[in-house]
Amino acid sequence: MKVTFPHMGNAWIVIQTLFESLNVEVVVPPVNSKRTLNLGTRLSPESACLPLKLNLGNYIEAASQGADTIVITGGIGPCRFGYYGEVEREILRDAGYDYEVVTLEPPNGSLLGLAKRIRFLAGTKNSWTKILKALRFAYLKSVGLDRIEDLIHAARPRLPSPLDTEKLYEEGKERLAQTMSEKGIFDTIQWVQETIRERQVNVRSSVDGKYKPLRIGIVGEIYTILDPYSSMGVEQELGQLGIEVDRSIYLSGWVGNHVFQGLVPGYRSIKSYPGYAKHYLPHFVGGHGQETVGAAVKFAREGFDGIIQIFPLSCMPEIVAASVLPKIQEAYKIPIMTLIVDEHTGQAGIKTRLEAFVDLLERPTMLRGIEQTRGEVLGVGGR
Amino acid sequence: MEEDKFFLGVDVGSVSTNMVLLRPDNTLKEALYLRTQGRPMQTIQEGIKLLRSRIPNSSEIIGVGATGSARQLAATLLGADVVKNEITAHAVAASRVNPKVQTILEIGGQDSKIIILRDGVVSDFAMNTVCAAGTGSFLDQQAARLGIPIEEFGPLALQSKTPVQIAGRCSVFAESDMIHKQQLGHSLPDILAGLCQAMVRNYLNNVGKNKDIQGPIFFQGGVAANPGIRKAFEEELGQSIVVPEHYGVMGALGAAFLAQERLAKRPESLTGFRGLKLSETQFQAKSFECSGCANRCEIVEIIQEGISLARWGDRCGKWSLAVGTSNDNSLAGQQRGQRGA
Repeated sequence: MKVTFPHMGNAWIVIQTLFESLNVEVVVPPVNSKRTLNLGTRLSPESACLPLKLNLGNYIEAASQGADTIVITGGIGPCRFGYYGEVEREILRDAGYDYEVVTLEPPNGSLLGLAKRIRFLAGTKNSWTKILKALRFAYLKSVGLDRIEDLIHAARPRLPSPLDTEKLYEEGKERLAQTMSEKGIFDTIQWVQETIRERQVNVRSSVDGKYKPLRIGIVGEIYTILDPYSSMGVEQELGQLGIEVDRSIYLSGWVGNHVFQGLVPGYRSIKSYPGYAKHYLPHFVGGHGQETVGAAVKFAREGFDGIIQIFPLSCMPEIVAASVLPKIQEAYKIPIMTLIVDEHTGQAGIKTRLEAFVDLLERPTMLRGIEQTRGEVLGVGGR
Repeated sequence: MEEDKFFLGVDVGSVSTNMVLLRPDNTLKEALYLRTQGRPMQTIQEGIKLLRSRIPNSSEIIGVGATGSARQLAATLLGADVVKNEITAHAVAASRVNPKVQTILEIGGQDSKIIILRDGVVSDFAMNTVCAAGTGSFLDQQAARLGIPIEEFGPLALQSKTPVQIAGRCSVFAESDMIHKQQLGHSLPDILAGLCQAMVRNYLNNVGKNKDIQGPIFFQGGVAANPGIRKAFEEELGQSIVVPEHYGVMGALGAAFLAQERLAKRPESLTGFRGLKLSETQFQAKSFECSGCANRCEIVEIIQEGISLARWGDRCGKWSLAVGTSNDNSLAGQQRGQRGA
């Protein structure tokens, strides 16, 4: 058995770790690319959302590396993603791919059924203690990964060389992917912090250390906000425009809530969002529609300068959220922009909108000429 | 001499390339509206040549602003001092013309946008995302199909007494609906007026959704030349719509104003303008796919007489930052070689 799984941003690092610590052979598909999307689009119904298309592309690319079993999470509720495991199984069979598909969810609410599926994947060699240990370690790694990502969010607008900051991020991820000990996770985070601290010393005295970056909160559909390929690298683009980014959902926050059923909080727990959303959207609408609304309220209350919502074309939960956001924009006087992505989305169009949005946020203060200091990276990100 | 000094504003879009020369006293010296025809570099050079022929030899360009979807290309060719997205440029131009303006409806060749301003500052905006129905290109196409010059489209629509209902959600269906209405025997003006109304409804339901449209309202972009669309907007919004004098070149005008703003802030700075003679040199564009990582970015390189001026398209900055360090394009050659192998 060779297990593979769909990509979603950095999630591969965590999933690979999980299977490797259980000695299960795992194929990490090549990261999302134009090729992935083209392969997937060919097999997908045109009106399906972007994640389905990318998922299918991942499986096809993984199949050529010998993968024969797919692991995907499920879900219930109005979001179509919960059913993608089944849909993908059918599509792949029709296309001639012989894949076993394991959906990690309690079938008909049966935890025993879920346990059986995990047992199937883990094989007979692994004890339940070992499986739980592996899950715990993978979870810790996902929290570490999120902390590093958020440090980079804070570093992009503050450190001098954008290229070096991206390299630091890549190397941080690389080190984290390799480590198999808790100490290794801890050391990697420290190394990233230390590197940032060193680079910041050189900036502090110079003139361009003067401006306090604007803050934008990213909300929306989980796949498109966690996966930079599908959002055309919105976070990196904003960072290089001098913006500090934060996001409603981080990988471990989602894992804690979705996979571990809220038993662990994850980085930036998403539990509080429905409470914030209450006044505007008091009930579940599927996916993370309610979280999007709640996070927008939270960002607005925390004094963020703007909010960007991202979702794949035809995403129902986020369409509901999008129709509620103007009320939050009005109530808190905070600009909110919505970006919809699909396989036809062009980098240039996204860039124009981001630049215009940043101008919108920047020009009022620029015309008034307010100067504030930039602040320290470590005081902001990755806490 | 003051009257020989100009700010140059350039807006290179998908359909048209617009250029303006702005005097330091905010009056317009020249405005050009050229068809881009898929050849932005040649069009820019052509435009500069035309402008040069219309101003005295002693003229001096003291600042350059570039905007539009090809703003990066334009900025590289011209050596622009300010590069801004078209939303900001349109907003700046409109609020200079009338500081009280609160809404801008802009319909261009392939995109349409709405910009909401309050106290002269952009407070909200939207652009068409996944559909280009109801932009200038579609009107062009329909006018051609009906065999009327685009200039007559609007005046003809205004003659209509009873506009017909046209499905405006999608330009393909709008077209088949129009053909059907023609076959039923409706008059041309009624069909054209119906199309204007459908386009306006589509615009307000998509781009204008959830936007707080308040007067004064400016209507700009190439489509503002069409009085039929303007009338349909007025009927739908119940307010009067102002088409500013230079509606077709507002983006370029905004870019020129932004160049002026920059100079006002830093009076000592010199323009990076590459000179009015740039129409005589040879520019070349090359593109290749970077194989450095899975992103597979498409890199574009602009070369002037063998010297690499700029590269862009990469997400990581490897190529765009490398410009200036090497004058030849051996790196690019290497990449292309790999790809071809």
